[in-house]
Amino acid sequence: MEIVAAAVLGKYIGAGLACIGMAGAAIGVGNVAGNFLAGALRNPSAAAGQTATLFIGIAFAEALGIFSFLVALLLMFAV
Amino acid sequence: MAETGAEHGEGLSFHPMDQFIVKPLFGDGPVHWYTITNVTLWMALGVVAVILLMVTGAARRSIVPGRAQSIAELTYGFIHKMVEDICGKEGLKYFPYILTVFLFILFANFLGLLPMAFTPTSHIAVTGLLALVVFVSVTVIGFVKNGTHFLELFWVKSAPLALRPILAVIEVISYFVRPVSHSIRLAGNMMAGHAVIKVFAAFAPLILMSGIGVLVTPLSIVAIVAMYGLEVLVAFIQAYVFTILTCVYLKDALHPAH
Amino acid sequence: MDNEELAAEVAKESVPAGMPQLDFSSFPNQIFWLVVALVVTYLVLSRLALPRISAILAERQGSIAGDIAAAEEYKLKAKEAEAAYEKALAEARNQAQKIVGEARAEIKKDLDAAIATADEKIAARAAESEARIGEIRAGALASVRSVAQDAAAEIVAALGGKADADTVAAAVAARVKG
Repeated sequence: MEIVAAAVLGKYIGAGLACIGMAGAAIGVGNVAGNFLAGALRNPSAAAGQTATLFIGIAFAEALGIFSFLVALLLMFAV
Repeated sequence: MAETGAEHGEGLSFHPMDQFIVKPLFGDGPVHWYTITNVTLWMALGVVAVILLMVTGAARRSIVPGRAQSIAELTYGFIHKMVEDICGKEGLKYFPYILTVFLFILFANFLGLLPMAFTPTSHIAVTGLLALVVFVSVTVIGFVKNGTHFLELFWVKSAPLALRPILAVIEVISYFVRPVSHSIRLAGNMMAGHAVIKVFAAFAPLILMSGIGVLVTPLSIVAIVAMYGLEVLVAFIQAYVFTILTCVYLKDALHPAH
Repeated sequence: MDNEELAAEVAKESVPAGMPQLDFSSFPNQIFWLVVALVVTYLVLSRLALPRISAILAERQGSIAGDIAAAEEYKLKAKEAEAAYEKALAEARNQAQKIVGEARAEIKKDLDAAIATADEKIAARAAESEARIGEIRAGALASVRSVAQDAAAEIVAALGGKADADTVAAAVAARVKG
């Protein structure tokens, strides 16, 4: 019984810890968007052609945050 | 969660994942592969929406387009340009499939945002198959078009010779992680948004149970509205990102040289 | 909350299989309907929608290009017409110049001829007149002599002299000469 309780506790603590990973994704996405904006303001004529790259970069950065969110969900509902 | 339930007797009901349950539309039987489920319904609605936009919208074939035809042409031009810009002229052969994927995901995402709706793209099975189709066909196309030269994708010529084996291992791993991240990105985004909205929604009836609800309920309603706005944006961006990554992977198959 | 209750809670919670996304029994269903939806969408798009939309776009492109080409052509035609007009104008001007020149030359010729004939005539008439004047003058001289002779004889006679005709004539002649 103690072991089950410990497992439940650990599961919730783990889910909460996994959510910290999303902060990394937030920093990453902000970094990508901020640097894009800085570059775009310096050379606005070249910015339009790079929006695709911007979105790819954001997608890659965000995917990792989604992974940590997924781990949290798995801990909450599937483990 | 257990704590909250214990505190409030009848309690707040947190079931953020219930909206993703696949259940039969008629009756209550088991879900066979042929069963008509809510998946069927919402996919069918998506297909109908695609047909309404792309076929009926452009039915009048006017030189000066109306509203629906403008949107259809805009969508066509948007994806066409994306494919051409990223994959080059050779990629245009696969344009119909890429447009299919884009429109399917877009409408599945948007229709899933309707209240009480089911979002097919929030399921790993759906996005996993979509990503797997892209992965397998890109690999096959790469080998058919370039033969063994396709393997140069993993052998980074611009790197120093000593580093190349290490890079090759990394490249191979990242190549095989592609379908995973490709599918989980979409499913995770859709699932996350809907689940968060549901969690906020579960807080909304607190005003009926406890004094603190006077504070919590308006907050949660504002949060739902804000999340919903974000989700509308995310619904489009994720469809766009899935499509553009498909194009990028296809480019690797068509022009493997780095 | 003691352990038994918690265990019951845990048991209750893990009965509905957590994430519906990981409920593998629903996978065949989803995959089947996804394939159906994709195939239908793909067929509709590739057979119906895309040819139609690309035809519309091509048609629009064509009509715009055609209109531009037509406009270009009209512009070219207008330029050609202008050039032709300019050329015609220049030609006409040349022609006029030539005609004027010719006319002037002709008129000059005519005039010269007329002047020449007129001069000739005038010269002839002048010569004639001169001759006549000479004649008249000669005649007049002769008549002056005879009149003077007659008058002198008369005068001599009236004065009571006797005038020899020869002497009178010689005197008159001397006088007229002088």
